[in-house]
Amino acid sequence: MKKFLAMILTLALALSLAACGGGSGGSSGSGDAQQSGDSGSAGGAKTLRIGVFEPASGASGAGGKQEMLGMQYANKETPTVDINGETYNVELVYADNASEPDKAPAAASQLVSQDVSVVLGTYGSGSAIAGGPIFGDAGLAAIGVTCTNPNVTAGNDYYFRICFLDPFQGTVLANFAQEKFSAKKAYLLGELGNDYDQGLLNYFEQAFDGEVIKDSFPSNTSDFSTYLNKAVAENADVIFCPVSIAYSTQIISLAASMGLETPILGSDTLDSNKVLAAANGSNVKLYVSTFYQEGGSPEFDDGIKAWLNSDSTAMTNNGGDDTIAAVTAMGYDAYYVALEALKAAGSPDKGAVKAALPGVTYTGVSGDIAFDDIGDAIRDTAYIKTSDNAAGAWVLETVQTIS
Amino acid sequence: MNGQTSKKRIWYTALAIAALLALTIVLENVLDPNRNIMVFTSLKKGAVYALVAVSMNLLNGFTGLFSLGQAGFMLLGAYTYAILTIPAASRDAVYYIYNGSAINFSLPELFGGGAVGLVLGVLAALVLAGCVAAIVAWLIGLPVLRLKSDYLAIATLGFGEIIRAVFQWDTLGPVTNGANALKNFPTFTNFNIQNANGETVLRLSTFVAFLLSGICIAIVVLLINSTYGRAFKAIRDDEVAAEAMGINLSKHKRLSFVISSFFAGVGGGLFAMYANQAQARTFTTAMTYEILLIVVIGGIGSVSGSCLAAFLYVAASEWWLRFLDTETVLGNGFQVPLLRNGFRMVVFSIVIMIVVLFFRRGIMGDKELPDLLARRPRRKEGTE
Amino acid sequence: MQYAISILLSGISLGGQYALIAIGYTLVYGILRLINFAHGDVFMVAGLLMVYLTSFLTGFLPPAAVIPVGLLLAMVLTVALGFVIERAAYKPLRSAPRMSVMISAIGVSYLLQNLATYATGGLPQMYPELPGLSSMVSIAGVPTKWVTVVTPVLVLILVVALTQLIHHTKVGMAMRAVSRDFETAQLMGIKINAVISVTFVIGSFLAGVGSVLYFTNYPSIVPLSGSLPGLRAFVAAVFGGIGSIPGAVVGAFIIGISESVIKGSSWSIFSDAFTFALLIIILVVKPTGLFGEKVTDKV
Repeated sequence: MKKFLAMILTLALALSLAACGGGSGGSSGSGDAQQSGDSGSAGGAKTLRIGVFEPASGASGAGGKQEMLGMQYANKETPTVDINGETYNVELVYADNASEPDKAPAAASQLVSQDVSVVLGTYGSGSAIAGGPIFGDAGLAAIGVTCTNPNVTAGNDYYFRICFLDPFQGTVLANFAQEKFSAKKAYLLGELGNDYDQGLLNYFEQAFDGEVIKDSFPSNTSDFSTYLNKAVAENADVIFCPVSIAYSTQIISLAASMGLETPILGSDTLDSNKVLAAANGSNVKLYVSTFYQEGGSPEFDDGIKAWLNSDSTAMTNNGGDDTIAAVTAMGYDAYYVALEALKAAGSPDKGAVKAALPGVTYTGVSGDIAFDDIGDAIRDTAYIKTSDNAAGAWVLETVQTIS
Repeated sequence: MNGQTSKKRIWYTALAIAALLALTIVLENVLDPNRNIMVFTSLKKGAVYALVAVSMNLLNGFTGLFSLGQAGFMLLGAYTYAILTIPAASRDAVYYIYNGSAINFSLPELFGGGAVGLVLGVLAALVLAGCVAAIVAWLIGLPVLRLKSDYLAIATLGFGEIIRAVFQWDTLGPVTNGANALKNFPTFTNFNIQNANGETVLRLSTFVAFLLSGICIAIVVLLINSTYGRAFKAIRDDEVAAEAMGINLSKHKRLSFVISSFFAGVGGGLFAMYANQAQARTFTTAMTYEILLIVVIGGIGSVSGSCLAAFLYVAASEWWLRFLDTETVLGNGFQVPLLRNGFRMVVFSIVIMIVVLFFRRGIMGDKELPDLLARRPRRKEGTE
Repeated sequence: MQYAISILLSGISLGGQYALIAIGYTLVYGILRLINFAHGDVFMVAGLLMVYLTSFLTGFLPPAAVIPVGLLLAMVLTVALGFVIERAAYKPLRSAPRMSVMISAIGVSYLLQNLATYATGGLPQMYPELPGLSSMVSIAGVPTKWVTVVTPVLVLILVVALTQLIHHTKVGMAMRAVSRDFETAQLMGIKINAVISVTFVIGSFLAGVGSVLYFTNYPSIVPLSGSLPGLRAFVAAVFGGIGSIPGAVVGAFIIGISESVIKGSSWSIFSDAFTFALLIIILVVKPTGLFGEKVTDKV
């Protein structure tokens, strides 16, 4: 019996290799099924694919899903693109990188094998850094949507991004803390070993002209009371906690229940309706820096809200209500940047798209997008919004720029 | 088994391995590299996991020491490898938060750069990666190896967590880069040979992964078949009896622990090469569990089983089952139920539970692949 | 001063929650010599069940009845889950080596986490507010939830009840007999499987109570929520001497308070590492823990 099983399994391994050798990509699984389905329904029009490299599970799953919503909505709004007079259907293909850098190479490989023209994503710089070289080797360009770590694009010619960077965001928030609250002492809190958190803490510390107390909590922590009490005991003027959504909901709901009066500053990850819900009805003073503020483009707002309200899956992925997260707006813009690049390239060929991308400019709902030499977006504006805890909505506080 | 058949079998095995290595080169250069990238990604990761699984099997399966510290040793190896091989020129970019690295040389450059420097530098860094893991294992082994079965497991598991916290510590940032990933070091793709125009003429990345991992596994096999290996097995089967036979328990246990950690360290270096980056948060307990499950699926006490299981496990989880994560609508408009994100891992863990419960001995039990293939004719002769 | 009190309070409340999980570990280990790695995940599933049950029941019941009924159902289902896990994943391996059972436990833990990821879609779930427990109270000027005060009291009551059960009932006697000598107990006519099931039922029930207290304090649940409290509680069980219930409780409070103190110090990043370092030191210096009995190996 055992021997038989062993034989079968060995055979399966051998056969699968052989099958790939013969069929040349015939076994790339889901992608093919989707393609045949789509091209059938489109009635002869050509199809091109845009890869969505996003986490749908793991620590950044919630953020990744909201970012995907923007792309899905954009794809729904503009499902075709005209390239050199020819109309192509645009199909999104997904690969879940599970928010883990060690799962990212395989997810990136999956997109490469499905022959996509360009890749969008990912939420979470760690996965972007791990997947980047795979795209580079395949000659495939990737457009980072909200991965803000400088190392994503540095040293990788194939990675571009449309968002601002950590050094910018950290500095903006430090300036804001000083201007708005005349803060002299700041308490910084981030997840241990998370490059996003630690990077922002670092830049905040560098830009902040005053005393700083820095703490890190181990992954999967849920008890933040000691940290918040410490901030109170140290008389910190502001608390800066650029942590992922799962932790920020804990921190904000704790702050809400203990009636914390110290203002809490957060980064783009905190711009989530889950966080807003945690602060609802309390006296928490929450300020987040982000890419987009609802109302920036009424047309986009209305359209996506109508879609969210009509599609229950999308609604669930958005956290159960129709508040628009900035990452959704960014995902929306990223899709259109990709379309612009495709038009400029004149062909869905990935090499042509890569060559065309540096020259692409686009005015999206989140502002003007253009790339510099490294492939980063040239941006000097961040929106800072605060939570209106009575209404349960974000309110624009200020538009912060640095020179 | 007499001497002649065993000699013959070694030849056959060597021949089969050589053929496999040749096959990887052929496949990688014949197949379209982009369409079939899943094959090669799975193969590379499989090769890396095979080595780590074998190193764990040496400890768990052959010596009977239940250790759950494998991810910790991989972390040590991955960081050692990465720190030693990042080109001096990109150090400022990688260590941007700490304004440059405390270590400002890279082994491939010390060996003169170019192809020779790359090969020598990577090899030296991998060996050193193993050594660092081995030294730490020796230190930890002093107190920890006195513990029995599950206590040892939980202590080594705790050690893995401690090591991770230390590497993420901000104060060590100039060396470990704190929370940030180490990147830009030579990976498997650096071994692809390019012509003057920068076009790849010969792809060797999968071959290199197989070769490096294969050499290490071969060393482990030789060790298992030596007197030391027999001593290990004696300890596994009955500690008291082994001691009574004159086997120095603590010495052999420590030896097994150190060697296993050495190869876990090398495996960690290879893992960094596969993942294109090294970051402490990757090396969690979950990774140790993954490797443990590979060992179990392959058969505790079977090297070839671990190798086979590593490839199956990686291919299944990263590639074959991926379709389970996508919502699929069939041609007639029927939406296949249950299929949505996360279903892949559910199915996968159920499969694992089935193996653990009903195929307790795994694919191979404690047999090796050559044994299985060679048993058939012998049974006919009635010598079974 | 206020700060010191707040640290102590959060330490005590953490300790109480760990204690309830640690008892589950210690009971199972005492009887099966098995580190039940899935126990922390049962705790997490208990929390998720509560989330889903309350949102499901809201459609059927008057608002006042939702929480009590949900709580009751969640407890019943958690206990059932513990029972099923034992029957499905551990019982078939009764005669197998200890390592196999432990691997099976790891497999179950993996399965529960993946199922939770699938069910929640990777989104953090908010635990419902429990009337009374979630409201605020001020102790020596430090605002905290009622649950912080309730936890140690509840733990004490449950532990006393449990020790009564173990020392003064027939099932308790059977449990003690099985933990002392598995085979002899069987020969004496004790129904081993029933005793083991009871152990798992008690363990899961306590994990369920622990999850109510824990998630009321820290309301966001993700699939990995159970792993860290689970590991810490296990360390507490070892620290107190595995197999000993008072040991597990004392160990849990020590772990909880020291975790809180370290988080409050400038070494906060090593709060996890400290827990494990403590574990290794205890194991090496006094493997039987604070209250454990010395077991001699027979050859």
